[in-house]
Amino acid sequence: MESLMAYVVGILFAAAIYMMLRRSIVKLVIGLMILSNAANLLIFVVSGMTRGAPPLIPEGADAPLGTVADPLPQALILTAIVIAFGVLAFAVVLIRRAYEVVGTDDLDQMKDTDT
Amino acid sequence: MNPELTLPILIPLLAGALSVALWRSVRYQRILAVLSTVLLLAASVWLLNSTVDQGFLVMEMGSWPAPFSIVFVADILSAIMIVLTGIIGLAIAIYSLASTPSGHEKFGYFPLMHLLLAGVAGSFLTGDIFNLFVWFEVMLLASFALLTLGGERAQMEGAIKYVTLNLFSSAIFLSAVGLLYGTVGTLNMADIAQKVATLEDPGMITVISMLFMVSFGIKAAAFPLFFWLPASYHTPQVAVSALFAGLLTKVGVYALYRVFTLIFTQDVEYTHTILLWAAALTMLTGVLGAAAQFEFRRILSFHIVSQIGYMILGLALFTPLAIIGGVFYIMHHIIVKTNLFLVSGIVYRLLGSYELKDLGGVYKHKPVLALLFLIPALSLAGIPPLSGFFAKFVVIRAGLEAEAYVVTGIALLVGLLTLYSMIKIWSEVFWKKTPEHVEDLSRLKGEVKDTHNWAYYLPVVGLAACTLFIGMNGQPIYELAEMAAEQLMNPELYIKAVLGGAQQ
Repeated sequence: MESLMAYVVGILFAAAIYMMLRRSIVKLVIGLMILSNAANLLIFVVSGMTRGAPPLIPEGADAPLGTVADPLPQALILTAIVIAFGVLAFAVVLIRRAYEVVGTDDLDQMKDTDT
Repeated sequence: MNPELTLPILIPLLAGALSVALWRSVRYQRILAVLSTVLLLAASVWLLNSTVDQGFLVMEMGSWPAPFSIVFVADILSAIMIVLTGIIGLAIAIYSLASTPSGHEKFGYFPLMHLLLAGVAGSFLTGDIFNLFVWFEVMLLASFALLTLGGERAQMEGAIKYVTLNLFSSAIFLSAVGLLYGTVGTLNMADIAQKVATLEDPGMITVISMLFMVSFGIKAAAFPLFFWLPASYHTPQVAVSALFAGLLTKVGVYALYRVFTLIFTQDVEYTHTILLWAAALTMLTGVLGAAAQFEFRRILSFHIVSQIGYMILGLALFTPLAIIGGVFYIMHHIIVKTNLFLVSGIVYRLLGSYELKDLGGVYKHKPVLALLFLIPALSLAGIPPLSGFFAKFVVIRAGLEAEAYVVTGIALLVGLLTLYSMIKIWSEVFWKKTPEHVEDLSRLKGEVKDTHNWAYYLPVVGLAACTLFIGMNGQPIYELAEMAAEQLMNPELYIKAVLGGAQQ
């Protein structure tokens, strides 16, 4: 399972970077979305996947019995998802405004500030 | 309890929330901006005072013992950075009173400025690596919005590059945090440092350290990852440019200093050699880029890149003296660079352009302004007795002592080329006659008086005074940097301060 997920993460990163290298700003933002998902999934995979063992402490015990899933990565991912949501919402508005102002969605036409 | 530890975050956060509440009344927002940055500066000085007196200040959120809680930690480096944030925040708040167009003010300029300051202060104070990511995002989101306020074509184009590369860097940062957590099973920086030292396979840690280097390198605008900076920093209105130029890249530099002195010291030979060459190339490409530019703010933007090289050089040499030099350099650079951008804004106000070919004759009509430009400009180039001289002197001396002659040679050459760029601006903007195609000279000749002139000049004079102060009081500032460097070079002090407190 973990090696399969590792491949999925790798493919997601590759797809994200491929999309970001395209010329259209819409594809750029799609690339950013995939990238944030790839990073989230990476956290999930590297911190160890434990199935069917919720981190619950039985009544009367001080610590969970046996091996349980680590809840912290899930908290990290949840935080990262919320942040990525906000940032990407901004990015979507930005490309819309940029399209209105510049009149094209081609990144190669947006070189005025580079030289 | 140390309230001064959280005040630098709480003050701008509260001020930002209040500014949103006062959305319709720009007048109160303006008063609040100045008031809260004055409070921020006061709190930051209090914090610096406490860290110098008591050493590390640690606060555990929710009273959970570290490493389970999120901790806020202030050492002298953090406190110095917070003081600089306070100084720059106040200067920008006053300058904004005059320079910000009223349309921007109505669309939330001041709340965003407060949020940005809160994000910067949070990044400097947190002792938890994931929390650092969160503060980075707070800061970034505020900076995205500030960068695009106004919505002109250049801003949009600059913002797309800025947003994309910064989000890319955040994704790498997040992946690196995930991998680090998977390897050592903790997020508290002191705890990570402790566990990394005992790890059997340091190879994996070196790989992770490279991810951090790339991520923070993008944020700090180090070679070869700096392209977003000169493409975007000259596009927003000038107070925003100045705020970004002073603080944002330095957060990346601070993060590099933090992780590469505390956590990733297991393979210094490898990691810090890469940093060393990155620093050398950053200095060189930055300054050569500046030499090819003929727009006031673009020249200054490229100089940010080249100056970042000096700071990373201090870290990369990794000797006590070099770290002292790096910290000194950060202190000097933040003040000087902000000041130069503020001066460029005043010149824009007078002549209506940033292009060197459309500027000229400022010295004839405004000699005081020319002097105010000359102080930070010569300081940037490293002319004694200004602050830049001592900063460069310490870094270069450390380079010679570490026998890194090539890199030190580059640093000296870059100093010379910096002087060239500053002289270019000086002769084009201040000395040359006003070009004949410039028609509206009424502001330059003082025929039209601005009502808010004091708000333009007060921050510039104040920051120039800070530069002179650092230059004239090299010794005490050096001692402060020395204390900061001592803490950075002995990470066990940091670890003991954070984790030792938990065992009481």
